Amino acid sequence: MTPLLSVQGVTKRYGAHIGCADVSFDLYPGEVMGIVGESGSGKSTLLNCMAGHLRPDAGQVVFDTRTDGPRDTITMSEPERRMLGRTDWAFVHQHARDGLRMGVSAGGNVGERLMAVGERHYGDIRDKATDWLGRVEIDASRVDDRPTTFSGGMQQRLQIARNLVTGPRLVFMDEPTGGLDVSVQARLLDLLRGLVRDMGLSAIIVTHDLAVVRLLADRLMVMKDGRVVEAGLTDQVLDDPQHAYSQLLVSSVLQV
Amino acid sequence: MIELTNVSKTFTLHNQGSAVIEVINDVSFSVAAGECVALTGASGAGKSTLMRMIYGNYLTQAGQIRIGDVDLVQAEPRQVIAVRREVLGYVSQFLRVVPRVPTLDVVAEPLRTLGVSAEVSQARAKALLGQLNIPERLWSLSPTTFSGGEQQRVNIARGFAHAYPAMLLDEPTASLDAKNREVVLSLIEEAKARGAAIIGIFHDEAARDRVCDREIDVSRFTPKVAA
Repeated sequence: MTPLLSVQGVTKRYGAHIGCADVSFDLYPGEVMGIVGESGSGKSTLLNCMAGHLRPDAGQVVFDTRTDGPRDTITMSEPERRMLGRTDWAFVHQHARDGLRMGVSAGGNVGERLMAVGERHYGDIRDKATDWLGRVEIDASRVDDRPTTFSGGMQQRLQIARNLVTGPRLVFMDEPTGGLDVSVQARLLDLLRGLVRDMGLSAIIVTHDLAVVRLLADRLMVMKDGRVVEAGLTDQVLDDPQHAYSQLLVSSVLQV
Repeated sequence: MIELTNVSKTFTLHNQGSAVIEVINDVSFSVAAGECVALTGASGAGKSTLMRMIYGNYLTQAGQIRIGDVDLVQAEPRQVIAVRREVLGYVSQFLRVVPRVPTLDVVAEPLRTLGVSAEVSQARAKALLGQLNIPERLWSLSPTTFSGGEQQRVNIARGFAHAYPAMLLDEPTASLDAKNREVVLSLIEEAKARGAAIIGIFHDEAARDRVCDREIDVSRFTPKVAA
């Protein structure tokens, strides 16, 4: 089986400081991988390098494209990479405001991505947008409201709808449940798990919440100071961590 | 079906002066299809550790653990995931679920991930929940608020939803009343009859004698620690 995403030796420096160093892994279709580590460990840098938001100093990010098979997205032309970002890739930001257009209605936010891939029929776009609002449990009566009138949890769900409407195959998520209260978090986790299963999505989730990765991710990578210190099955890394830092991380979780 | 060859495990506690604890040393045994084997030994002997090694959430330092034709010690994460989805079931002592998900969906989930339709998996889930005497009015609620015994039964229903060829059972009859214990034992007997290879930990001796074909004393493999 061809990996959907194959990351090889990705390195990003900020001057003398290391953002992330020599990260390699393969992600297969339908897999969900978590990346954990304390803040400053390089997990967001890595995610941004993979998603094409940052240009790594070295390494390859090979994506199995629908038409041409595996291609290195780093050396791809900008328009091609942007096309990927609108079709097969999706990026869920930690702060929904970064991923939404706050001055456009909820329906418009979902519809924009559809128009970017060539949909032109207003009725179809509106129907699809309404359908997706329903799937992420936003009432259809809110379709013409701006996201500024939504709560934080609703904005996050709207961002997910906007991202998934074009049926991407790979979703990058940066702290998708960060800043939400626990009941909303639970609802979002349930939603994400259902979407991953039903749409056969692959996802890479950056978070510092170990409970979130246990429930969502099949595999886990632990990062410290820009390097991957441990990787493996999620429950193996959490139940039987091998590296000193992973052991510290797992034993530092507060019990509720 | 399940075959362990020269399996050993140590824990290294880096944050406690790099203490190295040897827990399992040189275990070899196999379990055939249709056979149920009990792991025995005093508390702390390493029964649960051995079981977790077989499930793959504890890393094995040496040896081979073969489930069907896959060696879990060497396998890639995605191979382990595939084995767990299709071949190897595990009923743990504790239920771990996404909050807010209805009991019926929790039990149906293993079948859903195998691609079985919603109707068929829900029908199977309903049958199991009914058999295990979980009142129907609770099926649409999340099991996180249930009593310990109810959670245990939901966990068992989930574990038996798919007809796994190999199963690991960690104290399946603990905290159950006589009636439900009987249901669980008959589920185990049914699984054996259809050819499942089962490894179990039972503190309940009567249950062990009834469903298990033989016993393996884990303390034999535990390195002797100077007191």
